[in-house]
Amino acid sequence: MAKEKQTAVVVKQEKLTEGVYSLVIKAPMAGQARPGQFVAVFPKDKSHLLGRPISICDADPAAETLRLVYRVAGNGTAEFSALQSGNTVDVLGILGNGYDLSIFAGKKVIVIGGGIGIPPMLMTAKQFAGEKVAVLGYNGGDLFLKEEFDKECTTYVATMDGSAGTKGTVIDAIKAEGITGDVILACGPMPMLRAVKEYAKGNGMMAFISLEERMACGVGACLGCVTKTTEVHHHTNVENARICLDGPVFNAEDVNI
Amino acid sequence: MIMNTSVNIAGVELKNPVMTASGTFGSGAEYSEFVDLNKLGAVVTKGVSAVPWPGNPTPRVAEVYGGMLNAIGLQNPGVDVFASRDIPFLQQFDTKVIVNVCGKTVEDYIAVVERLNEEPIDMMEINLSCPNVKAGALAFGQDAKVLAGVTSALRMVCKKPMIIKLSPNVSNIGDMARAAESAGADAVSLINTLIGMKIDINRRKFVLANKTGGFSGPAVKPVAVRMVYEVAQAVQIPIIGMGGIANAEDAIEFILAGATAVSVGTMNFVDPRTTEKVVQGIEEYMRKYDVQDIKELIGAVNQ
Repeated sequence: MAKEKQTAVVVKQEKLTEGVYSLVIKAPMAGQARPGQFVAVFPKDKSHLLGRPISICDADPAAETLRLVYRVAGNGTAEFSALQSGNTVDVLGILGNGYDLSIFAGKKVIVIGGGIGIPPMLMTAKQFAGEKVAVLGYNGGDLFLKEEFDKECTTYVATMDGSAGTKGTVIDAIKAEGITGDVILACGPMPMLRAVKEYAKGNGMMAFISLEERMACGVGACLGCVTKTTEVHHHTNVENARICLDGPVFNAEDVNI
Repeated sequence: MIMNTSVNIAGVELKNPVMTASGTFGSGAEYSEFVDLNKLGAVVTKGVSAVPWPGNPTPRVAEVYGGMLNAIGLQNPGVDVFASRDIPFLQQFDTKVIVNVCGKTVEDYIAVVERLNEEPIDMMEINLSCPNVKAGALAFGQDAKVLAGVTSALRMVCKKPMIIKLSPNVSNIGDMARAAESAGADAVSLINTLIGMKIDINRRKFVLANKTGGFSGPAVKPVAVRMVYEVAQAVQIPIIGMGGIANAEDAIEFILAGATAVSVGTMNFVDPRTTEKVVQGIEEYMRKYDVQDIKELIGAVNQ
């Protein structure tokens, strides 16, 4: 479906924990959103030109709203954190491939989110109708979005500081809790994704992982945000693929991370 | 009022002076969702080389104040895939097709030019100024004698009108333009990106894997306008002006400075419809000032 830059209206914004915000915006594009896709959100300050890629945490097609949960990481996201109900914000979307959950029908899915990679996995967990379990990794502190995952499926937690759940990584939690499944769907920091890829391979599981990289265009034109692929990619004709268009979701076997 | 927005570059008639800057528009397909390519004067493709190039490691892009840095490294699928896939796509539209050509050696450039000679394209833009490829490219564009040599060699094999894309990373851009003109270039395009650098002070690391990258966006526009003006004083061949064009006002500045056509680059990323909006805005400007033919505006800044 066609991508568009739209001026969205802020429905509400709340702070989930230190530096992490939940922004609900009304934009017609919401009706097209799939789990794992993202939008580019543009600062109003024109000295900061590029859209900030932010994953879609949830979408309500009927209300035409998108929920974006993001971490303040720089000037752009700092500006967004000040948005209030009724304000407008320009959004380019819907971007990326997202998850085709239909291919996992009949399989048991382990949904894994780490840090600010947790938000897109909420929509993924919500929309996957089959057997599923979630594993969320935090550094510590407030377990943002955990209660919302609890409503969808059994949810385990790993914290690096040991303040909740298994002390350590999401892989430590999977081992400690004896979690099994056929497919892993994961988004999070690169060390986590590497561990997920290795764990899935070692246990005969499929893994689909969501990558991120510094982006400019968001639509596959500039070739800024590529990831190395294991084989020559059909579009680029070299061993890399565009995260913004060919991804951000990749079969872990297809990428060299 | 009947207005004429068409311009002529080396015998190629463009319906309007608005084109895309190489590297910011892919081969048109990605932005065809946003822009009616039929409304553009020309589409200038991403640089294409004789064999596929994988480009540089990531991060390849970084935002800076009023612009961005890129060090893509001219990643491209190679001229064979480009010719079989991307040219037919562009042929569907009523717009001119200008293919950007890159290489690491003169032989590389010749191979691409020869391969493209028989393709249904309108012009070639020779990239002698990419700052992100160590061998060739920029080196060819920073010395007037070398630039003239490469241009002459390509002029002998190139059967299409040939645009030489100039680097701003030189001490005298007019000399470079004169060298291109005297060696047979049909037009020059400028500016390619300025060489920049960004350092992450928290991690004390270069933001780009390549350390340096090409600086583009609205912040560079005054430099670009000045260089287009200088080149307009130096040569007779048409100039394609670019550097931070965000709207029609910016485009008209370049035209008044001496550009026959203009390219939108970085701002495609900010608003994918920028090119179409620039076309509309130029028409509005012409209506407002009763300009019947856009050619009246070329180099028309009052001295």
